[in-house]
Amino acid sequence: MTGIQIIFIIVAVVTLGAGLMSVITRNLVHAALWLVLALLGVAIFFVLLNASFLAVAQVVIYIGAIAILMIFTIMLTRRVAVGSADSQLNANWGWAAFIAVALFAGLVWLLSGWNGFNITAQQMSPRTDTIRQLGTALVSPSAYVIPFEVASILLLAALVGAIVVAWDRKS
Amino acid sequence: MGDPVTAISQWLESLFLGWGLAPGWVAIIQAFIGVVAIATFVLLVDILLVWVERKVVARFQDRLGPNRLGPFGLIQPLADVIKLLIKEDITPIGADRIVYNLAPIMALATVLLLWAVVPLAPTIVGTDLNVGVLYIVAIGALGTLGIIMAGWASNNKYALLGAFRTVAQMVSYEVPMVIAIMVPVILAGSMGINTIVFSQSPVWYVVTAPMAALIVLISAIAELGRAPFDLAEAESEIVAGFHIEYTGMKFGLFYAGELLHALTMGGIIASLFLGGWRGPGAETYPILGVFYFFLKSFFLYWVIMWVKYSLPRIRIDHMLNFNWKFLTPLSLVVLLVTAVLHKLLVGLPDWQYVIGMLLANVILFWGTLYVLRRYARTERVQVAEPMPVAVPPAAPMSSSQS
Repeated sequence: MTGIQIIFIIVAVVTLGAGLMSVITRNLVHAALWLVLALLGVAIFFVLLNASFLAVAQVVIYIGAIAILMIFTIMLTRRVAVGSADSQLNANWGWAAFIAVALFAGLVWLLSGWNGFNITAQQMSPRTDTIRQLGTALVSPSAYVIPFEVASILLLAALVGAIVVAWDRKS
Repeated sequence: MGDPVTAISQWLESLFLGWGLAPGWVAIIQAFIGVVAIATFVLLVDILLVWVERKVVARFQDRLGPNRLGPFGLIQPLADVIKLLIKEDITPIGADRIVYNLAPIMALATVLLLWAVVPLAPTIVGTDLNVGVLYIVAIGALGTLGIIMAGWASNNKYALLGAFRTVAQMVSYEVPMVIAIMVPVILAGSMGINTIVFSQSPVWYVVTAPMAALIVLISAIAELGRAPFDLAEAESEIVAGFHIEYTGMKFGLFYAGELLHALTMGGIIASLFLGGWRGPGAETYPILGVFYFFLKSFFLYWVIMWVKYSLPRIRIDHMLNFNWKFLTPLSLVVLLVTAVLHKLLVGLPDWQYVIGMLLANVILFWGTLYVLRRYARTERVQVAEPMPVAVPPAAPMSSSQS
């Protein structure tokens, strides 16, 4: 077993454990912190796959923006943060479990036909600039320029919407 | 010659390989030793920073500062450390014990993580990440998390208020900072910090992009939570903010983290705009680069302290207005102008390129000052209008009807 494999196993166990804890813990702030740990674990997976840009973007977006916003929201609503004694399940738990199992089964079914598990990754030369390739792919017409522009327009619309909502209308 | 760090690293590599270890394991052990070495080195510098900070603030306030222990009071920080270590460690009632104890560790660890990508010399760099600039932004987000944890877990309303202020401040000042950091990225054509340092020839980016450097410096001070942006720990309003309940070495970790963060930010700005390890002879003797790097870092650290001990704290609404209504639009304009101009001028000879970029920045700076002056004039007119201190209450509805 190589060192990378041992690191992978440790990170995988920590990520899964953190994900589980974020679901079963009763304190909401603790749940959010466990979620941060799980997201950090996913970032480390990206690092192990040599996808440094995705790893850093994962930390910036999911921990830097989303998780902090969640913790902030929970802290503003102080009452909910303290774990309550009643059940953590509501009436729809059966549906949730069904969808989760169906999604997992679907992913397993999809990936079982994929031959990527058995081939080893091509060794990239250390001179390859993956960031530059990603950047040109995002704006080249033959690759991802349309999704990229659609996402920009969506974000712009969200920005304008936020400004409209927060606008102080002077009567 | 001139690069002992790489030499030691290569010697260790051959030693471990000679012992019959697999190359994969050797790389991991080497990385581990590197992490321990740089973290220890940086923390030792941190002890010195306590002395520098106290000495400089004393000089700004026309005092002498620590001068009893050792030459120039150099042993004073060691005494400070011992004092912090033997202080009583208090955990407030109702505090969230694990999160409470984890927060100071997070606060210091995130600062140490930044040193992984800062190039000390052309060959002495933790890891030359090709997304180094983005990595710095990501670690900044983790630092915010540490402060939120401290504020929430202390079970103290002042601490929670401090955490709220910190989030409002850090999340907003990240925006102009990221946009302004994009300027050196555009000029260098890379997000790797060492590549950015390498491409700062013949002139540093502070000459070709002074506006961006200024914006990054201002938002870095805000991100550090230092005066005039120290609302998160405003002594006169919320006592000490997020670290109000911390005592002893836990407070010490926050304090050390704050000082080290300031130096680290100085080092990052030095790498992005002041040429990092660049200096005469640094390319041939990399160890000289370490000297130049710390020279520039400490200069910027001193600038940050100069600002801290000269300016009063600004009000929170002014702080947010300054960010969203001034710094963010300005940084967007700077980014646009720099990107277009760089594309237009990049083919010209060096001196024409530098003069063109500098001229554009000077014009931008003058335009900004003009707009600010006009804004201040209207503001002054508004403030100068006489305002009634107490308005008589409107007559009740019933009496007007009768």
